[in-house]
Amino acid sequence: MNVMDVIGPVMVGPSSSHTAGAVRIGKVSRRLLGENVAKAHIGLYGSFLATGRGHGTDKALIAGLLGMDVDDMGIPDAFDIARTIGLDFDFYEADLGDDAHPNSAKLELTGVTGKSLEIVASSIGGGRIVIQELDHLTANFSGDYPTLIVHNLDQPGHVSEVTSMLAHKSVNIATMQLYRDGRGGHAVMVLECDQEVPASALVWLKKLEGVEKVTYLSLLEDIADDRIAHHKGGQHA
Amino acid sequence: MLDALATVIETAEKTGKPFWQIVEEDSCQEDAVDPKTAFEQMRATYQAMTASLADYDASRRSASGLVGGEGEKIEARRKAGRLICGDFVGRVMEIALKIGESNACMRRIVAAPTAGSCGVVPAVLIAVSEKEDFSEDELVQALYVAGGIGGVIGERAFLAGAAGGCQAEIGAASAMAAGALTALYGGDAAMIANAAALALKGLLGLSCDPVAGLVEVPCVKRNALGAVNAVTSADMTLAGIKSQIPPDEVIDAMRTIGRNMDPDIKETGVGGLAGTETGRAISQRIKL
Repeated sequence: MNVMDVIGPVMVGPSSSHTAGAVRIGKVSRRLLGENVAKAHIGLYGSFLATGRGHGTDKALIAGLLGMDVDDMGIPDAFDIARTIGLDFDFYEADLGDDAHPNSAKLELTGVTGKSLEIVASSIGGGRIVIQELDHLTANFSGDYPTLIVHNLDQPGHVSEVTSMLAHKSVNIATMQLYRDGRGGHAVMVLECDQEVPASALVWLKKLEGVEKVTYLSLLEDIADDRIAHHKGGQHA
Repeated sequence: MLDALATVIETAEKTGKPFWQIVEEDSCQEDAVDPKTAFEQMRATYQAMTASLADYDASRRSASGLVGGEGEKIEARRKAGRLICGDFVGRVMEIALKIGESNACMRRIVAAPTAGSCGVVPAVLIAVSEKEDFSEDELVQALYVAGGIGGVIGERAFLAGAAGGCQAEIGAASAMAAGALTALYGGDAAMIANAAALALKGLLGLSCDPVAGLVEVPCVKRNALGAVNAVTSADMTLAGIKSQIPPDEVIDAMRTIGRNMDPDIKETGVGGLAGTETGRAISQRIKL
């Protein structure tokens, strides 16, 4: 925690965990999907479910999916904006199990070109979040760093392929985690990096044998949903 | 991050540097940011605080309808010269209520340290800026003082109602505001820490028991309490009154009390005011 976290963030109220954290979950989810969101089926769990409506958690999640930041005055109008541009969304009561963090949501997203992604994320206080799961596999990252997530078959050599590539591109690894569902099954590696991973490297990774899916969270691209500008003249900003 | 107010006091005595600068240098070193950029970022944060007050509209209501228009009522009585506490403390109360209300109504605020306690620090800073001839730089420096105190509380204890009750939100904000005020009025590092200790002592044990789990009741009005408590703590300090328990030990006591607090009164919306007959009825009504 630094001094700007104590005096900050500048945000739309009423709650850093239930509102600002929810915006960040939406925003990071949209970036992980890598394109504008066409459809969002969202499950609310725990305190997000119990007090979410009064805290604007539902609007905040949609605002984030539209690319808004935590201080965007358009957050309270996110439902209207989403409907205007044709982002189809609905909410349901999710049961994520007793072990889930009390402020959690499950987002099933479909992008405008048909890409899909399922995310479970939690708001852990002060606007900070953790992405817990991606497509049913453990993920566990904050969204504060450029993050590379590689789903692969549990075979020897994939970690080395990924880390060698990052070294070659002069990308330093801040944290790294490995998970698998069982020996020889499906595995995932999550790498939080100090630099952005070049697009060419992502293309190369996707072609590797045994690599099933490559998801990348870039912190560079910071564009709100361009469909909003067309309909609202950017008034939400 | 600094984890003891005693460290700041020692550094200040050794180097002659003011409290705010010790906090600024520590945070810049940690984050590898240059001090000028960081200071301008803090200035923007101060301006966001003043903007959050300017944005106030008494006609707004929160999602539940429980909050809205309180700040304007105090303003009216203050302007009529009828407040018991007088103009300045009345203005502090008014600003705290207005920004707290705006937060409940989904407007833009600065969490300091949390959204629920966002009215406390700006209330004292803006009110004294109207009364005295402080430069904007001095007010930004005071924000560093507040941030440093909040940082120490976060390191030694917590800054979240869910973790430590309202003492960790309004209590912490009040300690931060008391220190910032004391700095503006020329208090040295030891006096700043003393004011923070007095403010926090006054709010130890405060539960987080919001009705229906929403940041509305009693949160908005507790912002007024925290802000006024900061003014009295700064005045006591500047008059030479000392906290008999050292500041870091007061923070440690807050941690112990928070750990011992029943989960029902730590932002779960179950116990305390939320659990009263009326609190439960409101909660039922909102859910329907």
